[in-house]
Amino acid sequence: MALETKYEIKLNDLYREVILDHYRNPRFRKPIANPDVEEFGVNPLCGDEITIQLCFGSQCARNISNVAVTGRGCSICTASGSILAELINGKPIDSATRLISLLKDVMHGRAKAPLTDFGDLEALEGIKNFPIRIKCALLPWTTLEGALKQRERMTC
Amino acid sequence: MSRSKIGLNFESSRKDFPILKRQVNGKPLIYLDSAASSQKPNQVLQAMDDFYTRSYANIHRGIHTLSAEATKAYEDTRDKVARFVNAPERESIVFTSGATEGVNLVASSFGDAFLNAGDEIVLTQMEHHSNLVPWIMLAKRKGLNLKYIPITRDWKIDLKDVESVITKKTRLLSITAMSNVLGTITPISQIVSLAHSFGAKVLVDGAQSVPHIPTDVVALGCDFLVFSGHKMLGPTGTGVLYARRELLEMMPPYKGGGEMISVVKFDDVTFNKVPYKFEAGTPNIAGVVGLGAAIDYLNRVGMENVRSFDEELTHYAISRLTDIKGLKIYGPLESQERGSVISFTIDDIHPHDIGTALDNLGIATRAGHHCAMPLMTLLDLTATVRVSFYIYNNHEEIDCLIKGIEEVRRFFLGSGN
Repeated sequence: MALETKYEIKLNDLYREVILDHYRNPRFRKPIANPDVEEFGVNPLCGDEITIQLCFGSQCARNISNVAVTGRGCSICTASGSILAELINGKPIDSATRLISLLKDVMHGRAKAPLTDFGDLEALEGIKNFPIRIKCALLPWTTLEGALKQRERMTC
Repeated sequence: MSRSKIGLNFESSRKDFPILKRQVNGKPLIYLDSAASSQKPNQVLQAMDDFYTRSYANIHRGIHTLSAEATKAYEDTRDKVARFVNAPERESIVFTSGATEGVNLVASSFGDAFLNAGDEIVLTQMEHHSNLVPWIMLAKRKGLNLKYIPITRDWKIDLKDVESVITKKTRLLSITAMSNVLGTITPISQIVSLAHSFGAKVLVDGAQSVPHIPTDVVALGCDFLVFSGHKMLGPTGTGVLYARRELLEMMPPYKGGGEMISVVKFDDVTFNKVPYKFEAGTPNIAGVVGLGAAIDYLNRVGMENVRSFDEELTHYAISRLTDIKGLKIYGPLESQERGSVISFTIDDIHPHDIGTALDNLGIATRAGHHCAMPLMTLLDLTATVRVSFYIYNNHEEIDCLIKGIEEVRRFFLGSGN
C-alpha cells in the first residue's frame, strides 16, 4: 500500500480565494498590438495554452514596460499568469528572472515562499501539494523564461 | 442491489474488484475512467499469481513440464481470443503489447510492403493518436496521402461521406469502432463493404468497442482488428491483432528475434509460420494468461449483457447530465448509438479544475484531450471531462457524480449559479 496517497487533499488549499479571484478576473489580458517579444507556451497533456507578450520601452532598456498574458488554461494556469503579469509589469528583467527560479524552487519543494515581494504568488504555494497541477502553475513562468531568452538574443 | 433493469446482479460482480474497496481523499472510490484503463477482478489477479507461483517458465522452448504447462496456458488464451471475436482460425490471432502496437505492426509490415507513393489511407476525424500517428509516420516515409472522413453535426459517420472520400487509390481504411472521446459507434460492416468494393483493406480500432460490445470479425468483415487487454479487465501490456490469415501470410515480420524464426543461418533466416512470425522474443506470458482469465470473466457475464448494462447506465447518466445547467455533451445522446464514454464541458470551467474537484470527492474521471488532439482542435476545445463506465459501476455512483458536478459548479461559479 506504499503508493497510496496518505493525505486528504483540501480543495480550498489548492483553490485559495486569491487564486479564484485572479482566475475570474485575470489581469493584463488585453493583447499588445506590437510587442517586442511574444512567446507561446503549451502544456500538451492538459491543453493549457498561453501567450506572453512583453514590451521593454526602448531597445536597450532592462525594464519590462508592458505585459499581456492571453490564452486558454485552467484556473491555476490562468491565475498564475495573471499574478505573473502583476508582478513583473514595470520591473527589471533581472527581478523577473529571479522570480522564475524562486517559483520553480518553491513548487519543487526546494525553497519556501518568502513573506515579502512575493505578492499573490504566495497563494500558489499550496499547489506544490498537488503534483499533477504544478505544471499548470509553472506554464506561464516557463513561457516567460522563453520570452526573456528571446529578449537576450535581441541586439541592443 | 443495483437498480439494473436487465435483471443481472452486477452488484455482486463489484465484490470481485478489490480496488473498489479503496478510499480516495476520504471518500469511497468511484472509478469512472475505464475507457483509459479498466480495473481488474480477483479472478484475473489470481490467474496470474497462480501462473507465476505454480507453472511459470518460458514458452515454446523447453521440453520440461513447466514449459509445456506455460505454453498450454498461453496458447489456450489464443483459442479463447479467437472464439471471443469469432475469428475462424487461431492463426489469425497475434499477441501484441496493446492496440497501439497492433496498429504499428500493420503500418510497418503491411504498409511498408504493400503501399506505394500516391496511395491513400482513409481515417476519420475522431481517431485516437494511436490510430493517427503510425499512419502519419508511414505516409511521410512512403509519400502516401491521408484523407479523413468528417464527423456529422450529430457526431456520427455518414456512409455518404465515406463514399465521397474513398477513391480507387485508397488502399486502406483505419477506423475506430467506438470513439474514445465522443462514444460514437461507427457503422463498421457497411464501411467494410464499401471499402472492399474499392479494393481497399480495413483495419478496425477496437480498443473501446471490444471490451464493451460483442465483436464478430466475420460479421464485420474487417481485414484487421486491434484491441488492448487492459481495457477489458486484463493486465497492461497485453493486446491482440486479428488479421485475415492470408494477409498475415503475405506480410513480412516487423520485429526479428527468437520465436519468430524457423531456421537461422549466419546470413539468412527462414521465418516461423503465422502467427509466430509476428511474436519475436519472450512475450508477456503471464499477461496473456491474465487476459485469458479476463475473457473467461467477460464470457461468464456475457458480452450481450455487458452491452445492455452499458446502454442502461449511459442512458441514465446522459438523462441526469443534460439536466445540469451549462453542461454540454460532445457525442450522440441516444444510448443505443454510442458506447459508455461521455465527454462534456461545464460553462467555462476548465476540465482540469473539474477533474481535480471531482477527485477531491473520490471520483476518478479523465480531463484532457484524450489523445485526440486533431478532434479537439476541430471542436475548438483544448480539453473535455470524460466519464466512462464498465460492469462494476452503478446508478448510485452516477448519482454521486451528478451531486459532485453540482458542487463543483457552485465552487467555481459561485452559489448563485
